[in-house]
Formats: sequence, structure tokens, C-alpha cells
Amino acid sequence: MKTSDMTKMTYRDAIRLGITEEMRLDRDVIFLGEDIGLYGGAFGVSKGLLEEFGEERILDTPISEGAIVGTAVGAATTGLRPVCEIMFMDFITLGLDALVNQGAKMRYMFGGQSQVPMVLRLPAGSGTGAAAQHSQSLEAWLCHVPGLKVVSPSTPAQAKGLIKAAIRDNNPVCFIEHKMLYDAVGLVPLDDDYTLEIGKTIVERPGKDVTIVAYGTTLAKAIEAAEFLDEEGIRVEILNPLTLYPMDMKPIIESVIKTGCLIVAHEAVKTGGVGGEIVARVVESEAFDYLTAPIIRLGGLDVPIPFNQELEAVAVPQRNDFVHGVYRLLNRE
Amino acid sequence: MIELSEELLLRMYYKMNQARYFEEKLDDLVSKGQVHGTVHLAMGQEASGVMACLALEEGDLVSLSHRGHAQAIGFGLDVNLMMAECLGKYTGYCKGKGGSMHIADVENGNLGANGVVGGGFNLSCGAALTQKYHQTGKVVLCFAGDGATNEGSFHESLNLASVWKLPVVFFIENNQYGMSNPIENHMNVENISDRSEAYNIPGLTIDGNNFLDVYNTVTKALRYARAGKGPVLIEAKTYRYSGHSKSDKQVYRDQREVQVWRKKDPLLKMKEYLRENRVFTEKQILKMEDEAMISIEQAVEFAKKSPQPQLDTILEDVYA
Ligand SMILES: Cc1ncc(C[n+]2csc(CCOP(=O)(O)OP(=O)(O)O)c2C)c(N)n1
Ligand SMILES: [Mg+2]
Repeated sequence: MKTSDMTKMTYRDAIRLGITEEMRLDRDVIFLGEDIGLYGGAFGVSKGLLEEFGEERILDTPISEGAIVGTAVGAATTGLRPVCEIMFMDFITLGLDALVNQGAKMRYMFGGQSQVPMVLRLPAGSGTGAAAQHSQSLEAWLCHVPGLKVVSPSTPAQAKGLIKAAIRDNNPVCFIEHKMLYDAVGLVPLDDDYTLEIGKTIVERPGKDVTIVAYGTTLAKAIEAAEFLDEEGIRVEILNPLTLYPMDMKPIIESVIKTGCLIVAHEAVKTGGVGGEIVARVVESEAFDYLTAPIIRLGGLDVPIPFNQELEAVAVPQRNDFVHGVYRLLNRE
Repeated sequence: MIELSEELLLRMYYKMNQARYFEEKLDDLVSKGQVHGTVHLAMGQEASGVMACLALEEGDLVSLSHRGHAQAIGFGLDVNLMMAECLGKYTGYCKGKGGSMHIADVENGNLGANGVVGGGFNLSCGAALTQKYHQTGKVVLCFAGDGATNEGSFHESLNLASVWKLPVVFFIENNQYGMSNPIENHMNVENISDRSEAYNIPGLTIDGNNFLDVYNTVTKALRYARAGKGPVLIEAKTYRYSGHSKSDKQVYRDQREVQVWRKKDPLLKMKEYLRENRVFTEKQILKMEDEAMISIEQAVEFAKKSPQPQLDTILEDVYA
């Protein structure tokens, strides 16, 4: 793509652009959520959409997450393509019955009869000082439910490409946006047919010595670490599994065969996290024979996110955890 | 009429002022960037938060909303430990792990402020079940906002508490908005208390800015619940002056509306009452206000001087 067809914008604006384009292209796309109208959404993602699309398509809901998700499932099975904003990912708990027991299962349970084309936007993660009930990264739960797709963009371009693909997908897609990424700026394709295929892992940064798999804000920390290690002549290869479920393992396995070393990382608590699943799939594969060191899993501590700023930072992996991890794998410590 | 002793009136006025000064100070600290995260201020709602708690008996329990500072002060929490918690200090009520939105003092019956809208309804039923089971004679006072009554948990709780005759009083601070959403956009009832009819329990709507109305109504409701007659739903109509939280630009309301409500300010109203009834001299009133102010200044000092939690405390208290 020529850079002239791209423009710099924030992650927040890129999500909005993706939704706007899809709403212009398809009248069946509607948008539901709390304070998404006049207020423009708790994080400003839906600013201006009410003016363009009106109250019929931008549906400001009561504080009723069960109703938001359940209504979306019902509307999706009957021809609409709802996008929902759950103000904080933490509150998906209140809509899980509709999502997990209804939306995710219908098609299979009914022998392929229905389809549930809906998107749940889920602002996730810590770093905002909002403490234990507003800071979680619960993606692993969603990755445990066949029938759901789970995506997690890390850059503005990825956000636009994936939100559009999610809206066009005929299945329930959980779209996880990290709150600390909203102000991140990057080049975004302006083409209204630009999408990113769901179910593809990408190489963010080629290398040969160590493979790192990371997503969300943790990816940015991995990239910082890789840039630092570059100066010492260590070439880290970074992969971003944009779709967490079902995950495209092939590029990861190929990378591990090349490097023999693997670090998987995320902000979500380590126990039961997506990282463990990646590791399991690597050791089940032919890459097992190429491993030259034990795999390292970086994840959030097994604690709720604390309020205090210093504690909050300690709760999740930081740049130096990657640096030390790489040293350890290469016996440089 | 419920008799109000001079001592009680003094406590009422002092605590209402404490609540106001506490939040003015906190607001100031937030604007200076000295508070991590956000805060939900209840300035304008002091008569509701403080008076409802002052009607409680020793040993009664409370479940607080996310907008809980005035409620906590009414319940008797120490403003030093509250401010320390808001600043994330180890001396705070939650050792710096909860912050403004989660102030709790469980040992003394404050079951905690809740960041999940509507999160307190079912918990309050459970706490009320314990009181019934152990025949303690104590009642649970559950705070929530108007917006919270659209969560399924509100309806499940009212129904359960009704059929099990649980000793719980649901106290809804209707400040006219759920975040940016005016109440008329999110429910089709005139009064939230009308919702009590569906569960066949008493429902009352009161002027939440009138300290006497709040105190008297909650006192009676507690008596009813304590007598084993089941739950009561109270709706206190009031207003918040500040934005929903730090980042709120308040595009959804006209500042003139705020000015109209400021004329009905609960502190001013109480002061008028004290003057009209000549309960205290002007000097005594000023003295109470000063003392309340000083207590908050001391709380800020205490909080600022308090230590940060040690990093290794991060692993503590995950399990009992
Ligand atoms: C389950 C849940 N949904 C959404 C939110 C985000 N949120 C926090 S406060 C609030 C508004 C609550 O309105 P109301 O109950 O009227 O209380 P008020 O803020 O007016 O005191 C919202 C939507 C939340 N914290 N929890
Ligand atoms: Mg409200």
C-alpha cells in the first residue's frame, strides 16, 4: 500500500473509522452500548456517530449489560449486524450467559441453521488506576468457548482492519481493545475495503535469535526490549497473534524452529492464560525438537489489579522482563 | 416525628460538611494530578449519603455505591484512612489496593464500595440473610444509583428480598443521570420507587436534599425491616454537581440545570433549618464548619505523609 493512501491517526480514531465505514456500507450494522451517543463512549470511540447515523442506529442503552449482549444475539440471528460496546471488559461477566450459552452455541447446536454476526468491543487492561473491577484482561475465558472468535489489535491500522473484518464476519467476534492504546498513533489505510483477515498471526519484527509472541500493550514492551537488544547484536523475532482464538500457530511454530527459543507474554494473569495454550501447541509440534532452552512465559501476577500506581505497574510484565528473559534463554546472565 | 437531639443535629451538620470538604479537597488533588485514576464525587448528594447512614443503629451494615464518600463518612469512617486510600497509601482502608471506588471497613459493617454498577444489590440480600439466620436484629442498607436499577440484579434482589422477607433497605440515590444518560431516557417510570410494586414491597420517593426527610424515612424503613416485615425501597431525588468522573465534559446537561440544583443545596438547606429553629448560635454553626474543614485538612496531611505500600504486599491478601 502506498503511504499516500494512509493517514496518521490514533487507535481510538481508527476503530471509529472502521465502524463508520461499515455503517455507511451496510445499513444492517447497528451500534449498542452505554453512553455511546451524545457522550461519545467512555473512551471517546463513538464520538460523532450519533450525529451521522442517528438514534435508530446508535442505540444508547440503559445500564443493562445482559440486555445489550442478549439483544445483540437476538438481532444478529434475525438479520442485523450489531456492534456492542461493553464499557469495560470486566462487565462482560454480566452478559456472558447470552454470549457463551446462546450466541456462541446456536449455530452448532441447531445443526448449522443460524448465524450470529455480532461484535463485542471490550476495552481491557490495566494502567488507568481504576483498580480490580475495571482493569482485567479476561481474554482467556473467551478463548475457551468454541463458536466465539477473539481478536486483539495492537496498532491503529490493525484496529481498523480487524474491526471491519469483525463486523463482516458471520460469527460473534470479541474485539479486545487495550485502554492504554487509545492514544497510540500510527498510519492507517484509508481504503474502505481494507480489512485484516481474522485468524492470522503476523511477524511484527523479523529476527533469528529468540522468538517472542505478544499482543496488546505487552507487544509494545516487547518491541522496546527488542530495540534495546538490537544494540547488543541480539535479533529478536516478534510475532503478534492478532486473533487469539482460533489462533494461527503456523508462523509461531516456524519461528521457533528457526530460533529455538520462545517467550510468550501477555498482561492477563499467567495462570490459565492464552500464553500457556501457545506453549502447549508449540511443544506438541515439530518445533519441540528445535528448542534449545526452556520456554519462558511472562504474564500478569496471579493477583487482582491493585489501585496503587507502583503496585499496578508491578502486576504486569514490563520491558525489562523481556530483556532478562532473552538473556536467560541465551545464557547471557 | 422522630426526636432530634442537639447532639445528633450537631453530628449531622458536622458530617455533611466533612463530606463536602472531603470531596472539594479530593477534587482539588485530582485536578493537580495527585490522584491516580479517577474519582466519583457526590457533591450535592450529601443529605442522602450521610443522613441515610446516620439513621442506622450500631451493628447495622452498609453496601456502598461507586459514588460512596459521603455514604462512608455518614457511616462513621475515619476521613484520614479514607483520604489515604484515595491516594493509594498503605495506611488507607484497603492498604492502597482499592482506591476511592472501593473504600471498605468490613469489620465495622461497611461491606465495601462497589465499582460494578448494581453489584451491591445481591450482596446485600446475602448479608441480610446472615442477619436473619443469626437473628442479629441488624439491617443492611444498600446504596445504589438510579442507573443501577436497570441492571437485572436490582430486580432479582427486590424479588428475593421480598419473598424471603430479608432485612434490607434499598436506598437509591436518584441524581437524575446514569453517567450521561438522563433518567427519562433509560426508564419509563415516573418514580423509581414505583418499581417496588412489582415485588409487593413498600416504595417511597423523597426529597434527597432534605436532611430531615432522608433521616426520618430511612429510620422508619429500618424499623420496618428490623421488625421482620421485609425490604423497603427508597428513592431519594438529588443531584450531583460534578461530572460523572474526572474525564466527563458534561455535554449532556446545561450548567443552568446545575445552578438550579445548587439553590437546593443540602448543606444550605440544613443551615437554614438550624438558623430558623435557633438550634445553634451563628458562632456554633461556624465552629462546626471550621472543625469539619480542619479534619479534612488533617486527613490530606495524614494521607500525604503516609507511606506507599511495599512492593511485596502485591502478593498479600489474595486468599484468606
Ligand atoms: C456493570 C457496570 N456497568 C457499567 C459501569 C460503568 N459505570 C460506572 S458508574 C455508571 C453510571 C451509574 O449510574 P447510577 O447508577 O445512576 O449512579 P451515579 O453514577 O449516578 O451515582 C456507569 C455506567 C460499571 N461500573 N459497572
Ligand atoms: Mg445516577
